[in-house]
Amino acid sequence: MAKTILTVDDSASIRQMVKFTLSKEGYNIIEACDGKDALSKVGSASIDMVVTDLNMPNMDGITLIRELRKLPKFKFIPIIMLTTESQDSKKAEGKSAGATGWIVKPFKPEQLITVTKKVLR
Amino acid sequence: MAVDVHQEVFIQEAQELLTELESSLLELESDTNDLDVVARIFRAMHTIKGSGAMFGFENIAHLVHDIETAYDKVRNGELKVTKDMVDYSLRSVDVIKFMLEDPAIKADSDEAVEILTFFRQLQNDKKPEAAASKEKVSAIKETQASDLRTFRIRFRPSQLILMQGTNPELLLMELEEMGEAKIIAHTSDVPPLDEMDPEKCYTFWDIILSTTKTEDDIKDVFIFVEDDSDIAINTVDDLDIEDEHNSKKLGEILLEKGDISQEALNKLLSEKKMLGQMLVESGLVKPEAVESALQEQKHVKDMRAKKAATDSASSLRVPSEKLDILVDLVGEMVTVQARLNQTAVQEVNPELMKIAEEVERLVWELRDNTMSIRMIQIGSTFSKYKRLVRDLSKELNKDIELLTKGEDTELDKTVIEKLGDPLVHLVRNSLDHGIEAPNVREKAGKPRKGTILLTAKHSGDSVLIEIKDDGKGIDRDVIFNKAVEKGIISETAELSDKEVYELIFAAGFSTAATVSSVSGRGVGMDVVKRNIEALRGKVDVDSELGKGTTITLKLPLTLAIIDGLLVQIAEQFFIIPLSLVKECIEFIEKKDKKSDSGRTIIKVRDELIPYLRLRDIFGIKDNVPAIQQVVIVELDDRKVGFMVDAVIGDHQTVIKSLGKSFKDVECVSGATVLGDGSVALIIDIAKIYTSIE
Repeated sequence: MAKTILTVDDSASIRQMVKFTLSKEGYNIIEACDGKDALSKVGSASIDMVVTDLNMPNMDGITLIRELRKLPKFKFIPIIMLTTESQDSKKAEGKSAGATGWIVKPFKPEQLITVTKKVLR
Repeated sequence: MAVDVHQEVFIQEAQELLTELESSLLELESDTNDLDVVARIFRAMHTIKGSGAMFGFENIAHLVHDIETAYDKVRNGELKVTKDMVDYSLRSVDVIKFMLEDPAIKADSDEAVEILTFFRQLQNDKKPEAAASKEKVSAIKETQASDLRTFRIRFRPSQLILMQGTNPELLLMELEEMGEAKIIAHTSDVPPLDEMDPEKCYTFWDIILSTTKTEDDIKDVFIFVEDDSDIAINTVDDLDIEDEHNSKKLGEILLEKGDISQEALNKLLSEKKMLGQMLVESGLVKPEAVESALQEQKHVKDMRAKKAATDSASSLRVPSEKLDILVDLVGEMVTVQARLNQTAVQEVNPELMKIAEEVERLVWELRDNTMSIRMIQIGSTFSKYKRLVRDLSKELNKDIELLTKGEDTELDKTVIEKLGDPLVHLVRNSLDHGIEAPNVREKAGKPRKGTILLTAKHSGDSVLIEIKDDGKGIDRDVIFNKAVEKGIISETAELSDKEVYELIFAAGFSTAATVSSVSGRGVGMDVVKRNIEALRGKVDVDSELGKGTTITLKLPLTLAIIDGLLVQIAEQFFIIPLSLVKECIEFIEKKDKKSDSGRTIIKVRDELIPYLRLRDIFGIKDNVPAIQQVVIVELDDRKVGFMVDAVIGDHQTVIKSLGKSFKDVECVSGATVLGDGSVALIIDIAKIYTSIE
């Protein structure tokens, strides 16, 4: 069965790129524009992986990761954060909040696919 | 196309962000202490930068980077907002809007430079370039593959690994896919059930992996978990060491991994049992640790044995006569197989047809294999010329270097053998006539040292060998006049450059002012052409006056058996080399359009293609069928049709030479024996074409 990935980013172009890239690989994509929006959308859906930006209005990525890990169905699923080169310290912060891995922006579609396949198989 | 779609979305988004940014900046101007507004500005800048870099607007990202950094500092209380800052920020919005129109616009306008300078000055540490170079960080590195090596990997993940969404099993699977792996799980740390937290990971693993990947590739597997896991990667065996007594003992492996101390081991070794058994019995080492070490020992042994087996079988020397006989036999076999096929079809015997098809498949495979055995690399031939060039250039007082390329290109043994003499002639010619004396070269503004480049490469079913020099090139007029003088052409002849160059292959042609011992009296070039054509090859000359000359030899990959197209005219069979054939079309000749010129034109999908009647060429008069076929071949990028009565199909053509009596027959390059024992002539398409022209 096709796996579902939640992409959380305030940038519509990044969301679109994630959606375009991963849906071509056969994944279902759910979009959310910030942490709050993401939390409101995960209730009913069954989600296999989350790709989230860190810097977002309303609720940032780190808080989102912490909130998601509190929910039973998000306890063990992979969460990938999108970081920029200036946020090296954020990587560690994200990891301790429960992130599985990271992709450094700017990234190429192939990188996203490689990482997705690595954590989802 | 995909990029364009993304770019469009980005531009739209950026425009919205810029509008928002503008209003936020105005808000900031009225209250420079409002940190909420600062955060909003920072975020907008951050998004423009991040997305811009991803969708081809690196120049915008570059510009925004320094502005973003400034606002980050404001956000962290390290910097105070000034009126100037807001001012420059607003101006940057305009610059960005302009840059959005085209990703190629650089941030180098006066305005942009002024903005950049201002924001860089705001930063205490001015390292704007450093950030850009770090951008190419990627999660998955590309590393080069190396030789097969065996690694021992101990992976002890953090107990919390599952709660970070990492499934250790997936990592192990990833390792397994990299090569031959043995995985041993150490479960001794798993607590009793009532003490166990099922969300934690208590297991750790030893992986023994034989792979051609590098240590960095292995590290990449653990990239997301390396910070909070214990990962040790060691090379156990690099398989290149051929000492078979080098296999490590069980005790050594355990010692190396720190699973046991030297003293404890020594104490045990004084008793005489199997070490592994003793270790476990004594409780010094856990059973899994021993198992892991034993597995490693076995794995290394297995891999070595495998490598030894492939090494010893990698090559075999066979006298070349045996190969010649083999090819002859395969040729006979192909002929017999054709007969078998024909018989099977004629007798309408399904059982026999099944066998015939199977034999056909096997014979094809046998043919391809035999041909590949006969292929040898041209490199050894090339290296012979290095010495030749060195000696001759000394003799001629010239400074010439021979470079070679494509030494690993493979050609049929016979072709390479017969290629030797023509190549010597051509290289000598380049040395003598092509490359000038050092002082002449210097005057012409060229380096004193001349070069000859020998290249071999594949091109379809042919091999191209190029002899290229950077000498004086061929002087068209000199050749032309000489040819007129020698009576080869008339003074009024109108020739293209190519046709003039071809003249150097005419018999008895020599243009060198003095005859030297190196390239003789010009008797060589016509012999070269004849030799190459005897190999079913072609010689091509190209030259630029003052720059140099390139001679290209086009040679068939193999001589003995080719794929042919069997065609029929009246009662006769002919073979057209299949590699040249582009398509076959049906043709109904209209009575009124019949011309005697022998060459007419047909229209195929709006393309006009000249065609020839093979009937006329071979003088076959009787029984012209109502529907004929035109076989369209491609020669030197030009299409030509050959009209025949019927196309029968592809045919494995074993080439037999026609013998001395027929060596002057121009249109036929050989013959082959068909399944029913009749003979089919192999048509020399190129010859026919040039003779008609």
